[in-house]
Amino acid sequence: MLFFIILIASLIVSFVLPWWIVAIISFLAALWIAKGSANGFWSAFAAIFIVWVVQALFKSVPNDHILAIRVAHMLPLGGSWILLTLITGLIGGLVAGMAGLTGALFKKALAKPNPQSK
Amino acid sequence: MKLFKACLSAFFTLLLIWALQHKFGDVPPIGEFLNPVTGFWQNAESKNVDAKRDVKIEGLTGATTIRYDEHMVPHIFAANDHDLYFAQGYVTAQDRLFQLDIQTRSASGRLSEIVGPKALELDRYHRRMGMVFGAENTLRECMKDPKVKEMLEAYCAGVNAYIHNLPSKYYPIEFKLLDYAPEDYTPLDCALVLKLMSETLAGGSDDFQLTNTLKYFGSKVTNDLFPDHYFKDDPIIPSDTKWDFKPLAIPKPSKGFVDEMADTIKTKQKVEGIGSNNWVVAGSRSANGYPILANDPHLNLTFPSIWYQIQLAAPGVNVSGVSIPGTPAIIIGYNQKIAWGVTNVDADVLDWYQIRFKDLSKNEYWYNNKWVPDTRRIEEIKVLGQKPVFDTVIYTHIGPVVYASGNAKPKMSRANNVPVGHALRWIAHDPSIEFKTFYLLNRGANYADYREALKYYTAPAQNFIFASNDKDIALTPNGKFPLKYKDQGKFILDGSDTADAWHGFIPPEQNPTAKNPAQGFLSSANQESTDDQYPYYINWHFGSYTRAKRINDRLRNMHHATVDSMRVLQNDNYSILAQDVLPTMLAGIDPSKLNTYQKAMYGVISKWDRQYNANSIGASIFDQWWTSVYHAIWDDDFTVKKELNIQLKWPSTYRTVELLVTQANSKWYDDSRTSQIEDRAGIINRAFNAAIDSLTKHYGRVSEAWEWGAVKGSEISHLANIPGMGTGVFSAGGNSGIVNALSEGHGPSWRMIVQFGPEVKGYGIFPGGESGNPGSYHYDDLFKTWKDGQLNALLFLQSATDGAQHIKTTLTLSNK
Repeated sequence: MLFFIILIASLIVSFVLPWWIVAIISFLAALWIAKGSANGFWSAFAAIFIVWVVQALFKSVPNDHILAIRVAHMLPLGGSWILLTLITGLIGGLVAGMAGLTGALFKKALAKPNPQSK
Repeated sequence: MKLFKACLSAFFTLLLIWALQHKFGDVPPIGEFLNPVTGFWQNAESKNVDAKRDVKIEGLTGATTIRYDEHMVPHIFAANDHDLYFAQGYVTAQDRLFQLDIQTRSASGRLSEIVGPKALELDRYHRRMGMVFGAENTLRECMKDPKVKEMLEAYCAGVNAYIHNLPSKYYPIEFKLLDYAPEDYTPLDCALVLKLMSETLAGGSDDFQLTNTLKYFGSKVTNDLFPDHYFKDDPIIPSDTKWDFKPLAIPKPSKGFVDEMADTIKTKQKVEGIGSNNWVVAGSRSANGYPILANDPHLNLTFPSIWYQIQLAAPGVNVSGVSIPGTPAIIIGYNQKIAWGVTNVDADVLDWYQIRFKDLSKNEYWYNNKWVPDTRRIEEIKVLGQKPVFDTVIYTHIGPVVYASGNAKPKMSRANNVPVGHALRWIAHDPSIEFKTFYLLNRGANYADYREALKYYTAPAQNFIFASNDKDIALTPNGKFPLKYKDQGKFILDGSDTADAWHGFIPPEQNPTAKNPAQGFLSSANQESTDDQYPYYINWHFGSYTRAKRINDRLRNMHHATVDSMRVLQNDNYSILAQDVLPTMLAGIDPSKLNTYQKAMYGVISKWDRQYNANSIGASIFDQWWTSVYHAIWDDDFTVKKELNIQLKWPSTYRTVELLVTQANSKWYDDSRTSQIEDRAGIINRAFNAAIDSLTKHYGRVSEAWEWGAVKGSEISHLANIPGMGTGVFSAGGNSGIVNALSEGHGPSWRMIVQFGPEVKGYGIFPGGESGNPGSYHYDDLFKTWKDGQLNALLFLQSATDGAQHIKTTLTLSNK
């Protein structure tokens, strides 16, 4: 659930707001419904990893990866556009994952103690 | 505890985001750069191009149609001049925005603003050389002419209309890497681009080194090694040209100059090979009876190219060719009546004057027997991440004192040519209106229009070649040439003596020129402008005659010339240097002293056809051998004398050829560092062995690795040297001094041929592509055609609806 909320929200807002908005979305979504810190981190990580990889490929495929290959020579990643795409996904995923983790941890910290479990 | 963990996690998350948003040294902000919605991925252009695009912007008077052909060359059709140049600015910005920004930043000394203190000395150099000062003077003159003013202002408005409507996610990738935003383009920036051309083509100077040489060796040796005429020459203006004007009085040499030449002074680089080719054959020599014009300017080759191909049409003008991004109009091109092209003249238009200041405050200097106050110009250089640096430059009536004291002079190769405490007199500081020349040439219809247009041209002086459909051909070394006594400015001049000042200028109509010569062709390749019959002094040395000689030899034997015979000549790899000097070098070898391997190599070079072809091993051996000979002769005498800390001017290639070919014995052959006496034969033999050793050491025993294309290793890099954005190393023929003048990273930057006839047809190619975006299909799509020595037929549209089968997309600009 958390995964889908972050995925869809990010796809919608990322075209108008700066790139780090994915961190705010992941944080708020995790704060709202995360089922623990691992769930918070990995849901956000996976959602944004996928969003960024898909968005990058959306521009790069019709370009035959001309630009990605040049940038991958510059960085240098040996001209591998695949590696560059994965790194892009990883960086987005890491930021979102950290924000998701933070959201989940705050959720735990701020949660009212459950009266039934002592 | 839970809250602490959460806060700790929040802290690391924010730290991570900050780090990804921050620029560390030269590393761009990673998050900004890599994210797919605003980062570099947005610069990836799709192969699917819409057939039609309408853009509404402010600043146009009517609808303007821009038709893009299969190479994405824009063909602009506008209702008037204003809209035409507005659209030119707009489409140029669309393709070359980073180039526009970085070249004027570099020229005006504002690189530190974006890259930090590492560019500070370069910025300071450009400010102190008076680049902005010169651009301001030129702009003031331009704004007095209503047509030029309109053209510059409309062009800038077009660039700015593009910038103002550009979302930051579409900023060119270089802006994302360097993390800054494009700023408004101004008419001053247009003038700065001209100054940049002057810096490249007329900003070199060897006055300082040559003066050092004079002081070190004395005038006898200096005059012998640095003569005013080359051993071999083939001037641009044919010798049978008559000068039917009454020349101005030639100024008298100053006393200081006469004393220098009298050898009373006791004893402390300009690049050879910068140049271009152009030529034209008359109808008498062509297959269809009309002239053919060819031009290939040699410049530093970069991606994107210095040239931007374009067609400009509005009432009264329809012209095609190449423009320089950042300036309006077409610089080299043709219309349906005339064609023109340029090569560099290399006139002496940059001189250094020794200044005697009254005291350490340097507020006054000695001129014409009295103390004269100087003025100060304060330059504020903004530096990324630091406080701005303020630099005060002293200006005399002559020009800026580039480095007023020794400790102000930085350790930078460009600054080596600048003598400390000397004022710079440079044509690029003068008011000028070169844009008008191109405005008029673009609209020119005949020889008279060509002559009229040239009057307005100042710098950098160019050999303007011309042909028209009414079958005139002409060639004019043209620019504002200072009126000088012979050899004035060959050495450093005396700033206090009025006799050493520039004495006005050669009247433009008296510049050297030739029209419809009996020989039926004209050419220039940066060699000497005229022979001794011409009354004025332009410079003491020019480019060597090698390319000109080869071109003239070929043209003299050409009848029924076609576009293809011109194309083949542009790609000619024959070495005149080898023709002149190799027989002497080969004759000097004593084969009995060679081992089997050396003998085999001697066999290769003996049979070499003198062609610098990509697969030629002979060319590699000759090149290395010649370099070794040159150094063996001069190294001992001309290497910088450490204890004296001076830089000397080295003798030219052709002075060296003269020595080798005409003298078996000379003191210059002797290596002053050894006890025995060396002679020509010794030098030639040792240099041959050294050349073979060096090639073997670098490339192994003789194999394909010795082929000239591989040994030379050409490469075209990105304008800002960004790795991965260039061609990588490739193998190709040619060299500097060869008609096909491709050296490592310098060479034919635009090859054009125009065939006149009932319909005027243009052909052209430049290495690169129209787009400056490394993510575009048109970033390097012309490179292979250029490398293969082929040309594209240039699309010349008669109207906005013409040639529809070649049109890939149409952009319509109209008012909001």
